[in-house]
Amino acid sequence: MRLAAENLTVVFGHGSRAHVALDDVSVGVAEGTTLGLVGESGSGKSTLAKALVGLVRPRTGRILLDGADVSALRGARLAAVRRRVQMISQDPYSSLNPRMTVGQAIAEAIDPRRADHRRHADAVTGWLETVALDGDAAARYPHEFSGGQRQRIAIARALAAEPEVVVADEITSALDCSVQAEVLNLLAGLRERLRLTMVFISHDLAVVRHVSDEVAVMNRGRIVEYGPCRRVYRSPAHPYTRRLLGSVPAFPLQESR
Amino acid sequence: MIRWTAGLKAGLAGLAAVALVGLAAPYLFGEAAQQLSGAAREGVSAGHWLGTDALGRDVLARTLVATRLTLLMTAAATAIAGVLGILIGTTVWVAGPRVRETGLRLIDVMVSYPAVILALVVAAILGAGPVAAVLAIGVAWSPAFARLTASLAASVAGRDFVATARLLGVPPYRVLTRHLLPNIAEPLLVLLSVAFAGTLTALSGLSFLGLGVQPPAYDWGALLDTGLEAIYTNPAEAVGPAVAITLTGVLAGFVGDGLAAGSDPRAGRGRDGWSPSAPVPGRRAPDGALLVVDGLSVELPGGVRLVDGVSFHVMPGEIVGVVGESGSGKSLTAMAVARLLPDGVRATAAGLRLGDLDLTGRAEPARLATEIGVVYQDPSASFNPALRMGGQLTEVLRRHRGVGRAEARERAVKALEAVRILQPETVVRRHPHELSGGMRQRAMIASAVLPGPRLLIADEPTTALDVTVQAEVLELLKEINTAEGTAMMFISHDIGVVGTLCDRVLVMYAGRIVEELPVADLRVGRAAHPYTRALLAATPRLDEDEERGPLTTVPGRPPAPSARPGGCAFAPRCPVALPICATDPPAPVPTGEGRSAACHAVGVPS
Amino acid sequence: MRTEDHRPVDAQSHRPENPAADTPGTPVTDTSENPATGAPEGTAVRGGGHPWAGFLLRRLGGLLAVLVTLVVVTFLIVQLIPGDPARALAGPDATPQQIEQLRHEIGLDRPLPEQFASYAGGLLGGDLGVSFQTREPVADVIAARLPFTAELALLAVVVALAVAVPLGMAVAVATRGGRRPRLDAAFTFVTGLGGAAPEYVLGTLLVLVFAIGLGVLPASGAATLSALVLPVTAIALPGACVLARVVRREAAVVLEQDYMRTARGRRLPAPALYARHALPNLLTGTLTLGGLTLSALLGGTVIVESVFAWPGMGTRVVEAILARDYPVIQGTVLVLGLLAALINMIVDVLLGLLDPRTLAGRSHA
Repeated sequence: MRLAAENLTVVFGHGSRAHVALDDVSVGVAEGTTLGLVGESGSGKSTLAKALVGLVRPRTGRILLDGADVSALRGARLAAVRRRVQMISQDPYSSLNPRMTVGQAIAEAIDPRRADHRRHADAVTGWLETVALDGDAAARYPHEFSGGQRQRIAIARALAAEPEVVVADEITSALDCSVQAEVLNLLAGLRERLRLTMVFISHDLAVVRHVSDEVAVMNRGRIVEYGPCRRVYRSPAHPYTRRLLGSVPAFPLQESR
Repeated sequence: MIRWTAGLKAGLAGLAAVALVGLAAPYLFGEAAQQLSGAAREGVSAGHWLGTDALGRDVLARTLVATRLTLLMTAAATAIAGVLGILIGTTVWVAGPRVRETGLRLIDVMVSYPAVILALVVAAILGAGPVAAVLAIGVAWSPAFARLTASLAASVAGRDFVATARLLGVPPYRVLTRHLLPNIAEPLLVLLSVAFAGTLTALSGLSFLGLGVQPPAYDWGALLDTGLEAIYTNPAEAVGPAVAITLTGVLAGFVGDGLAAGSDPRAGRGRDGWSPSAPVPGRRAPDGALLVVDGLSVELPGGVRLVDGVSFHVMPGEIVGVVGESGSGKSLTAMAVARLLPDGVRATAAGLRLGDLDLTGRAEPARLATEIGVVYQDPSASFNPALRMGGQLTEVLRRHRGVGRAEARERAVKALEAVRILQPETVVRRHPHELSGGMRQRAMIASAVLPGPRLLIADEPTTALDVTVQAEVLELLKEINTAEGTAMMFISHDIGVVGTLCDRVLVMYAGRIVEELPVADLRVGRAAHPYTRALLAATPRLDEDEERGPLTTVPGRPPAPSARPGGCAFAPRCPVALPICATDPPAPVPTGEGRSAACHAVGVPS
Repeated sequence: MRTEDHRPVDAQSHRPENPAADTPGTPVTDTSENPATGAPEGTAVRGGGHPWAGFLLRRLGGLLAVLVTLVVVTFLIVQLIPGDPARALAGPDATPQQIEQLRHEIGLDRPLPEQFASYAGGLLGGDLGVSFQTREPVADVIAARLPFTAELALLAVVVALAVAVPLGMAVAVATRGGRRPRLDAAFTFVTGLGGAAPEYVLGTLLVLVFAIGLGVLPASGAATLSALVLPVTAIALPGACVLARVVRREAAVVLEQDYMRTARGRRLPAPALYARHALPNLLTGTLTLGGLTLSALLGGTVIVESVFAWPGMGTRVVEAILARDYPVIQGTVLVLGLLAALINMIVDVLLGLLDPRTLAGRSHA
């Protein structure tokens, strides 16, 4: 397992207002594969994503990166580990600093301390081309791009840190259908070319099925079903998974149902 | 990203002029301001434009000379307020969550106390004098900066790019200088100019009370104080400093307004209106159609067409889906039919009627309210947060049907029951925020069907909902359609949702209807228009084969409404485009029973 | 202690940009941090105790905290005097014996906790000390002065609201969607001018015009009802201008909200549309931002009293500061602070009545 969570519990708040966001969750993603996390709002999937990259501190449980426990790290050692797992977030409007050019943003991912976009100009162009954007995008500001293009920029920035694992949190849910298709195709290509290891989070079951090798279904802070994509979608074992699948506006109609 | 408005320029230029006076006046008029002319409390004259004071000194000269001290004190107090406040705000924000909570509450309390009272406390401790006054006002204004800094930092720090920077390993000081400060600088600048005006007023006020600058030194406030004493003999003596204080305050206000306006772009101008357009030839809605839309266009004041000559109909009891991507004009079409277009866009149509109700003219409000029901996209924003559910649900019945309070409430409870809301008697007494999202949307449906409308317009009603809740809401709409025979116009970007609920589907692209087809055809993928086919191919399927190929995508994006090509709007992206597509907009051609497609390539063997 | 969101404090400061999504709908947010969404469908999310009970309890707790803070701050006024407070109080001509006597008299030679206990204990019994200057009990001084100040301040609050709310709302409705740009510009200019003129400047000008020039209203004193007109106008007008801008801004935002479209969809006549649907919501924002303006009116009152020789607390506290009459300073500052707390509390209760969401209390992200 490249990245794994073991018996992870996350609680927000204290005392009577405490809310268990994650309840004894264990998942893992193997090198070069994609784990899909699917669930409805309040299921804890975004909390799990934040816990995996270290933005949320678990109350109990461990996060293992290449077998080493990273959940207890602090300070400089945490910073060193952090770059190895990168996150791409849902909202293409808040994930890019409006006061920094695209080039500066990507340069910062390459070298967070100096972030000299002139010295890294070639590398920046390279990453932009990786996500099918022109090199001259580097000089422009985020607001000059559409939602889909911004999501590409966010992907380029995450890749520029050359992480071992990418956590993608609802990255296509704010996009139009045809733009979503382009981003999904881009991710598929990257997975193949760069042997990307990915945790892909979405509320859209069809999208998760399209990109994942394994899938974990979450409900109210727990994983209710976890297994190979094909098995879970073909023969769901848990009643909640069945209900979820049954709720999807099946289209084109599944003749088998 | 400062916009240089006229007000901002005028304010800055004026302040610069005042500063220049402050710099030069003591050299030019310093002597005149001290010179005893022997004519005490003289009125306005050629020699003394604002008269003289009790010792016979020229008031105008004294007002001008006082500029320097006033500005220096104001600048010092503003600087103290800014530095102290930003420091406190940053400290509170950087400290842990517990300290932050208490700190913010404390700052809130301090902000809500009049600066003058705080200043009185400081003046009482340090005694009357200019230093005490500057310190007092500076300290009194600092909570405003502290609060703004803390809340801005919290809101910016909560945004994803800051979290990403931390993940990338960007050092904390760089997060501060590159990510936080540039994004909070602008509101702080606005507050700085507001605080400048505020400290000027407050400092002059303290001097006016005799608690600030002490004689023989003088600033505008002190001059106003002596001017007030002499108000019966020489009113002009008070006018000089009064004008100076007000003018400088107004100029600082201009700067603040200008800076704030730079980040507050207002919507375009124009008015919501209707005007008839020429009928579109060759298209006739079938007899007995409930809703007939003929040549509907929606445009911006500049003439940019967002919806471009759309014609369709809805039969009684039929559910018509309108599907398209963002910017296709589907929601505007729906809102034009509902007569609920936002300010500034106008609609034209050759014909638009619901049964015998003409929707282009001055339709009677009561009929519009009762015959068209609307379900909006975001159930959490579409109920008035300040009013109880019961009042909102019964509004149409009571206002337009003259139903009494008790009966209306009873019917509202029944309607809530009908949309399967538990404890409806309790829910009518609740405020919207006390309900969950799914409940709110069901209540919205109840509200829309309560007056028994002939047409229900649902604009992306399930987009904000979870998939299991969406399934319930769709089922509910279907039930209402079956039980009441209510016709529906259902707007969605999700071709799967439209495919489950509707009888007939309209596909929109770039402001036009490109294809109309029965849902059965859509379900099996029997679409004629290349855009519809592309849309279907780009949708990931739940039942797809294990061999996942890439999704088929069409290069490019829909054209902006202002840059639509002369011919077919899809032509630049179309895989089967013909030469004619670039020049002539295609008209809908029948492609079978109840189907049509607006495409030159349809029927042409490929 | 108000607001669930924390916006910039002032009318002039702006709200953060909110990028409109060019996308098919709101992004689905995983609100796992909000326990409310975990509630089962079909039942009301929030049950439990009455929302007002918690609100009032919190609010009274807040008031108590403010009271304690005020007591501590006023107590510290004497302690914080630079150098030797007793020497400062006794004046430059005092002999060492006189200084020592004064020190003993006001208890400065006792340990700090003991001094505080005696000060706070005195307050509890309604004993605010005795004026150094006039030897009258401070409680009597305040009892004589407070009604005049409260009268001015509360009237000014009422007038400011009564002018600002209808004006701001009417302008917002008239200029919505960018209509009538000239009215917009005129409104911005006039309120900018009125808001920048300090109360005491305005008071002076009002005296010039109405008392001296036209001779229609008295320039000073509090003997007659007509004597109220000029001071109240002077205090209320600048505040009204600032508030009117806030109201206009808030109204413009409210008119754009989805629920206003819902209300338009119900085809309500204009009065019902604006009074029933827009007003409560815009007052929420107005009071959140403008509540500060209202309590600032109290500060204006303190200064304006000097212009009109008004026999209130403002003129008295200024006299006391100039004479270093500390018992009077402590007493008046305490009472003025409580008056401000009272105005804040009224604003909060109004907010709770208008928008029940504020009852739930605030949460800082």
